[in-house]
Amino acid sequence: MAVRVQEAAFDPGAEVNAMHAANVGVGAVVGFVGYVRDFNDGREVAGMFLEHYPGMTEKALAKIVVEAEGRWPLLKVEVLHRIGALEPGEPIVFVGVASAHRQAAFDACNFIMDYLKTRAPFWKKENTQQGPRWVEGKQSDQDAAGRWD
Amino acid sequence: MKVKVMYFARYRELLGIDAERLEGDFKVLDDVRQALAGKGGHYAVLAEQNLMCARNEELCRLDEPLEEGDEIAFFPPVTGG
Repeated sequence: MAVRVQEAAFDPGAEVNAMHAANVGVGAVVGFVGYVRDFNDGREVAGMFLEHYPGMTEKALAKIVVEAEGRWPLLKVEVLHRIGALEPGEPIVFVGVASAHRQAAFDACNFIMDYLKTRAPFWKKENTQQGPRWVEGKQSDQDAAGRWD
Repeated sequence: MKVKVMYFARYRELLGIDAERLEGDFKVLDDVRQALAGKGGHYAVLAEQNLMCARNEELCRLDEPLEEGDEIAFFPPVTGG
């Protein structure tokens, strides 16, 4: 299991390929990539800044991965989240899950993203033409996380 | 009891500080929140219904018991991903 929180950009394709990494027991890899959009909640977005809680963020992500590993038979899990300044079109987050069969990888990837969205301390501040604004938490994200209870 | 209190995102900006040390007769995390929110001004933001909190870098509830030297954090709902 690896958790990385970094300012540097990453290559989603390389991350997906690395999930297999010559482990011939891996029969399925599911990779989720989240990108910065140029429009959100009625406003054009020119860029954003991602704030986090150094120390807690890494711990929170690791805890989510451990929980996923307890629920599904997983062979490899990678969570990579960027912080700092980001522009539209750039990848923000990567969650990769490898398992012997697809269902575990699909479900675990979904679960990790739902928990990351509601439990990992990151905050987005968007730059819009009307000025900067903090993104607000969504009830739909809380509901999505709640289905795994 | 002495605790360190940290603020993030909108709360940090509003209060103009990212952390402060506090001393008082605190039993649970909500005692700290109420003491701060009661100061008025921008601190009233800590009375928000959807406030999230952590103790020693772990998410917790407001009824979390505290110990000397704890690091507490208050922040708005997280929006990563």
